[in-house]
Amino acid sequence: MIVKLAWKNIWFKPLNTTLSMLLLAASVAIITLLILLQKQFEEQFSNNADNVDLVLGAQGSPLQLVLSSVYQVDAPTGNINYDSARVWMRHPFVQSAIPLAFGDNYLGYKIVGTTPEYLEKFNSSVNEGKIFQKNLEVVIGASVAKKLNLKVGDTFQGTHGDAKEGEKHEEFDYLVTGIASPTGKVIDNLIVCNVETVWQMHDEGHGEAIQEEHEHDEHAHEVVHVESPKEITAVLLKFRNKMGIVTWPRMIAQNTKMQAASPAIEINRLFTLFGVGLKTLEYLAYGIMLISGISIFIALFNRLKERKYEFALLRLHGATRLQILLVVIVESLFLCITGYLFGTVIGRIALGWLSAASEEDFKMAFNPTEIIWDKEGYLFIVTLLVGIAAALIPAIKAYRLNISKTLANG
Amino acid sequence: MISTKNITFSYQNQATFQFPDLICQAKETLLITGNSGVGKTTLLHLLGGLLRPASGEILIGSQNLNDLTEKQLDAFRGQNIGLVLQQSHFVESFNVLENVVLASWLASGKKETEKATAILSHLGMQEHLHKMTSQLSMGQQQRVSIARALINNPKILLADEPTSSLDDVSTAKVADLLENLAAEYNTALIIVTHDSRLKDRFTNQISLS
Repeated sequence: MIVKLAWKNIWFKPLNTTLSMLLLAASVAIITLLILLQKQFEEQFSNNADNVDLVLGAQGSPLQLVLSSVYQVDAPTGNINYDSARVWMRHPFVQSAIPLAFGDNYLGYKIVGTTPEYLEKFNSSVNEGKIFQKNLEVVIGASVAKKLNLKVGDTFQGTHGDAKEGEKHEEFDYLVTGIASPTGKVIDNLIVCNVETVWQMHDEGHGEAIQEEHEHDEHAHEVVHVESPKEITAVLLKFRNKMGIVTWPRMIAQNTKMQAASPAIEINRLFTLFGVGLKTLEYLAYGIMLISGISIFIALFNRLKERKYEFALLRLHGATRLQILLVVIVESLFLCITGYLFGTVIGRIALGWLSAASEEDFKMAFNPTEIIWDKEGYLFIVTLLVGIAAALIPAIKAYRLNISKTLANG
Repeated sequence: MISTKNITFSYQNQATFQFPDLICQAKETLLITGNSGVGKTTLLHLLGGLLRPASGEILIGSQNLNDLTEKQLDAFRGQNIGLVLQQSHFVESFNVLENVVLASWLASGKKETEKATAILSHLGMQEHLHKMTSQLSMGQQQRVSIARALINNPKILLADEPTSSLDDVSTAKVADLLENLAAEYNTALIIVTHDSRLKDRFTNQISLS
């Protein structure tokens, strides 16, 4: 009955209630969004960097190198000489070295020349068809297959560079030989082939390279080793001896024209930068929550003046002081809990929209249905505390109400 | 049913009220009259357990109100005392029936919906059970207050100026209604008023001065 009374009461003044609830829902929505975004962002970043201790690439910004080669979100720093890279790739410290060569794209999806190990790094296998073996054979990521509606056996022509609208390589057709299993990582949005394909495209497509030796006939469907200054974009290194992670960046910087960057360190730096922005937003959201608390307080306080007869009446009919206190607090908690529920839902809808947009731009999707119990639970407790704090003074005033005086003056 | 002995009361820094002893049995009606400012409402609140006397005793049934703690007094008031106030107050967000049921729940923890419906119907309010109290006329609101005061079969029914804003015909009706209900519910009825029309009607009177 106390609960019913509280429930009916908050809807007796629907405008007040809606305002308080809306403010609370807004702050909860922002915080929920931030919680989910931060967690999933970090998760995505660390998942994609699994098994990559260092990235070897051209000199420039180490962050750019990591972003471009591990996450496929930025332009590469440049190319490196394959032969000089190979010196390091074959080093006994190294457990695995995956070369990456960027060159073309197909409708915005990057075509990456690499080895089948690249798929293994993501724990991805070829779901349909088979792995690329010859030049111009490609395995496409699960999302690429779905969005572009490509099947095994389909062919397409690549576009030079990383812009969708560019010069087409019309003389060669890529052949889809396999579709990779979905992983939720960057591989889903890539088209992978062997490194030689990229070299072939580059040389033949632009006629820039000097072809000195023609040991092989240039059949498109064979592995063609084009002897020219072979270049790749980056190498993902995993170490057997972890000493290398510490010593190599300096060694490589001093002795070669390349650089080695650690994804862990660079991404940490990136998060520290992001962190300031996220923290600001979080403070803003807690600010809104404070305002919503004040709005609940004012609403309850104003209502108290109108409702003192009602409370006196309840006391008259045998309600204890404690029950009156409870009515006020339960009302506030109702507001807060409803606001919280709306907030978490709104936050997730917002994340869904954001996810659609970020998938379009960065090929990065977020999962709005994930529930992060500890952080959201903490947020829920904070919300309840706001509710109790806002109700405290009105509740105590109601508790201490002098019924005789109230009724005599009425 | 209800009796008082030597009760006095004083508000802070104000004159002390001394009230004459009174006694009222079940089914009887006692009229307490007096001009404004003589402490009529104060006496009513003392009898209703809303205020505690500075000295003296109030007995309802066999219970001395002085012996009850604050919390026990709340419960006792809910179960044994029915109050009809000069102005009717309601829980605004509840409808007529819910307001009456609420009184039964507060007193006993049980929702006596059937009983509430019966009493309200008895008072001619069967058409208005699900209206909001703000939609009722003053007279209807008073009937709801009476129904609410009677739902727990109180030992005493206290009415504060029940007729002050009514015309002669309505005054007579309300007086009859209260008297009949007191008899029907086996309740002692105490009416506090300065209304001279009631003075002619009830013989059992105490005048405060």
